[in-house]
Amino acid sequence: MNRKQRIMLIRILVSAAILAALSFIPSSGVLRFILYMVPYFIVGYDILLKAIKGILRGQVLDECFLMASATVGAVALAIYEGSGDYTEAIAVMLFYQTGELFQSYAVDRSRRNITELMDIRPDYANVEKDGSLVKADPDDVEPGTIIVVQPGEKVPIDGVVVEGTSTLNTSALTGESLPRDIAAGDDIISGSINMTGVLKIRTTKEFGESTVSKILDLVENASSRKSKSEDFISKFARIYTPAVCISALVLAIIPPLVNLIIGNPAGWDSWIYRALTFLVISCPCALVISIPLSFFAGIGGASNAGVLVKGSNYLETLSKTKTVVFDKTGTLTRGVFEVSGIHHSTMEDGKLIEYAALAESASSHPISKSLQKAYGKAIDRNRVKDIEEISGNGVTATVDGHAIACGNERLMKSLGIEAIPCHSVGTIIHIAIDGDYAGHIIISDIIKPNAAEAIRRMKEAGVRKTVMLTGDTARVADQVAEALGIDEVYRNLLPGDKVEKVESLLMESHDGGKIAFVGDGINDAPVLRRADIGIAMGAMGSDAAIEAADVVLMDDDPLKISKAIRISRRCLRIVYQNIVFAIGVKLICLLLGAIGFASMWLAIFADVGVMVIAVLNAIRALFVKKL
Amino acid sequence: MKKTYGIEVDCANCANKMEAAASKTEGVKACTVNFMMQRMIVEFQDGADRSAVMENVRRNCKRVESDCEVFI
Repeated sequence: MNRKQRIMLIRILVSAAILAALSFIPSSGVLRFILYMVPYFIVGYDILLKAIKGILRGQVLDECFLMASATVGAVALAIYEGSGDYTEAIAVMLFYQTGELFQSYAVDRSRRNITELMDIRPDYANVEKDGSLVKADPDDVEPGTIIVVQPGEKVPIDGVVVEGTSTLNTSALTGESLPRDIAAGDDIISGSINMTGVLKIRTTKEFGESTVSKILDLVENASSRKSKSEDFISKFARIYTPAVCISALVLAIIPPLVNLIIGNPAGWDSWIYRALTFLVISCPCALVISIPLSFFAGIGGASNAGVLVKGSNYLETLSKTKTVVFDKTGTLTRGVFEVSGIHHSTMEDGKLIEYAALAESASSHPISKSLQKAYGKAIDRNRVKDIEEISGNGVTATVDGHAIACGNERLMKSLGIEAIPCHSVGTIIHIAIDGDYAGHIIISDIIKPNAAEAIRRMKEAGVRKTVMLTGDTARVADQVAEALGIDEVYRNLLPGDKVEKVESLLMESHDGGKIAFVGDGINDAPVLRRADIGIAMGAMGSDAAIEAADVVLMDDDPLKISKAIRISRRCLRIVYQNIVFAIGVKLICLLLGAIGFASMWLAIFADVGVMVIAVLNAIRALFVKKL
Repeated sequence: MKKTYGIEVDCANCANKMEAAASKTEGVKACTVNFMMQRMIVEFQDGADRSAVMENVRRNCKRVESDCEVFI
């Protein structure tokens, strides 16, 4: 609680105590009025002052004016009727101030909680100076400086590890608790926590350009991009308050006049009382606070789960996503080629891979790299002789004295060897040893283990259609699509075609359903921008992806897509609940007030109580763990 | 050109009013008030004198909400 809030709390308590004490002291007339004005002014003097200032400046219809005229009106009525019942006016002021206090406290608290949750900002960097470590402000560390990160510390600045091995906890960035191994020569990203060993890092960026700063910047600024719901509410508030004030005026004047005309007693006091209740209800604060707070909490919760949403407006669009378009490579598949199968081998699988890896050892083709990776050991070049590359077909070589032929079906045919064709999808490498067929190895892009589950969950989360775009040939594309349960596939696309495809999908969707495009952010920036909402995956360390996308998934787990959609749906649900609840309760109370059933007590509940409930509801958007 | 300023304001509706007031100030092209982060992001018109404009922004904000502050 800050100083302002503490002073307010004291004023409220003192005023309430005096009010309670006064109810035991019998008094009447002028003395009673003076006594009761003491707690009234203690709790409400600033409101009255602001109201007067507002009138002088021509800003008539603000909350202070409303509260001031409602309470002054109630006091005046009490004097006019001679009832001496000032309690109601004071209580209204008391509750109003309590509500304001609660609001400012709750907002402060939730702001602090949410920023703490996102707090990945490192406080210092250890810089080596004259043999000892000095704690420096990360802002002052120049690129190229050697910094030391001890176990348990945050990596403050992006860089390259020059010494040491360790494991990293990247959960603050990705929401994923799986540790990562890191060793000398690896790039290291700020914001991750060093767990086991001491690391020496040569920084490659300034602090301000590092991942941590970028993420913080992005999340903090996200709530500045306002959603349509927020715009709606601020427009609504602009109309609502004057509208209620005018109805209050009408309510105070017209019915008594009508009464007079038709010859009944005017009943000025009861109608004025009803009008004053109107004024109390007319404060739009509950509405106005709960909407940005919900978005803020939603964005905070999402970032904690490794989903960075760049603005409230994007969270809103994401929640309306009905079609998800994928770029296959890097999102649903790993984008790295791996040995995915070995068929018809006449020897041990490992032996076959060993021969193939050795024969292909001179080639820099990705296929040869995947073979070497599958082999897993260092290549002993002395075992390989007479390497001959037959362009586009494969390689022949002598390994350990055996003649090895390694390549496609054409190569086998040219050597007069009968190859067994393969039905699997991918690149097939046939191998023959000493003129005899020895089997084939399949190398393909591996589907991510979670991809099928991710598609299923997206459907559960309310996505109607999934579309896959790929530059691959029909066979590969169809196999992947079928394995994952994708609805539509567009194959053989060049990068430029993808933009066109997304555009034609945008043309097709008329019902307000939004189209999300998911890419790895590296070469699909134009498509990310063109779609209603661009989602980049595996963006840790990739500035280009963070720039181009509207939603950034820090790691490359496709399950995060459905999670992001769920988070957004829930956040928007909370927003709508708050809008309907706050407007609904206020309208009901206005109605009750107009027909004389609502006292000022109910009115102040409609104002303060609704706000408290709406704020508490908004904070729910923060909890996204179980989604 | 965009710049971000810290602000102090207690109620969300007041923040909206500040936004409206600042946006109407001469020399300001667009203005967004972020109540949750207590920030004001001002986009200036080309060639506007920033400090003079911000003085006016502060005055206009105080006019609609006397209890607010813009840290220039």
